Amino acid sequence: MSRTHDDDHQDVPSDPALRVKALESLLVAKGLVDRAALDVLIDTYEHKIGPRNGARVVARAWADPAYKKRLLTDADAAIAELGYAGMQGEHMVVVENTATIHNLVVCTLCSCYPWPVLGLPPVWYKSAPYRSRAVIDPRGVLREFGLALADTVEVRVWDSTAELRYLVLPERPAGTQHMHESELAAFVTRDAMVGVAKVTAPHGDPA
Amino acid sequence: MNGIHDLGGMHGMGPIETEPNEPVFHHSWESRVFALRRAMGAWRRWNIDVSRHEVELVPAADYLRMSYYERQLAAFVVLLEKRGFITRAELGSGTPVLQTPVAVPALRAEQAVELISKGVPASRDVPVAPRFQPGQRVRARNINPPGHTREPRYVRGKVGVIHCDHGVFVFPDTNAHFLGEKPQHVYSVRFAARELWGPEAAAQDGVYVDLWDDHLEPA
Repeated sequence: MSRTHDDDHQDVPSDPALRVKALESLLVAKGLVDRAALDVLIDTYEHKIGPRNGARVVARAWADPAYKKRLLTDADAAIAELGYAGMQGEHMVVVENTATIHNLVVCTLCSCYPWPVLGLPPVWYKSAPYRSRAVIDPRGVLREFGLALADTVEVRVWDSTAELRYLVLPERPAGTQHMHESELAAFVTRDAMVGVAKVTAPHGDPA
Repeated sequence: MNGIHDLGGMHGMGPIETEPNEPVFHHSWESRVFALRRAMGAWRRWNIDVSRHEVELVPAADYLRMSYYERQLAAFVVLLEKRGFITRAELGSGTPVLQTPVAVPALRAEQAVELISKGVPASRDVPVAPRFQPGQRVRARNINPPGHTREPRYVRGKVGVIHCDHGVFVFPDTNAHFLGEKPQHVYSVRFAARELWGPEAAAQDGVYVDLWDDHLEPA
């Protein structure tokens, strides 16, 4: 790495708000950025795309075995059936939790995450503690999230090193057989779809 | 590069701190950084791999001290300078000096909608034969390039099994350096936890890593 490059990165922004404001003004003045496009991008990920999308996918898979089969074999097409696709979800893979297999998703190299179904990732997912330990000590990480797995369960960690994006299909909790898809979707959590939690029914036991 | 970004398997990074009801952005400047990077990316003067590599070049001590969006901002400013969009002087004064040749208008709102809904696929529809088949034993090559690679350190030299073939994708290790897309097969490779971490790991556990043909050799 050259000296110049070190210099480029040396200053941690003391007031990033001011720096970003100046940068944005400059890019707008140069005709490089249209603020209307920025607003669309921000509004979409703040208000429109989030884990409720993934919850609908999971609930559909629980309610409809044929859909679940499509989801596990051609995730892109199955997720698109519900209208979800696009940036950072161009190539989706869905992995299924069962009584004997638990899946956990991480991106050790950066912060890859399936945006169209989960929105932007939480800080902990992008943090060094999670990224470093999810692959070497997944059971310890899960305990930290309050989930103790039996020794007999097989843990599968998915490191998102390429452009494939992973969504965990959690186990359907016991006692929810009577529930409709929309009721099921209401209690599917982001954490369960990353694999750091199980889904708990509102008035039942964890699966 | 063997950088701090390649975190898999490290200890000492502290507890995982979660935040109940976490907002999508903690400060409005974070949302501006998020959107500015996408809007400027639409000029196609860099690609996602170039952009990732620039974040990796943030010095290690800064990388760990900075928040996610602080790192993104630092790398973004450097990239804007490197690709000739802005100068350091302009950034200081806030006034445009350098005439950036603008051939087409900036990303518009309706194009942003399309970008979000269609994304930027990294797969390539080109006839490239796979070098490996599902079920085959492979070794992750022991490489230590000073530039960008998506082969994490913790799998290098380790033996795994091809779980599935995802198809043909752009190769980030060359694409990050403007050396071409070099499309090739990407596989999900299963490494037994014990192969990676030794006998303390649970016998049945495994880590699935997406690797390209150029990262693998027969085992």
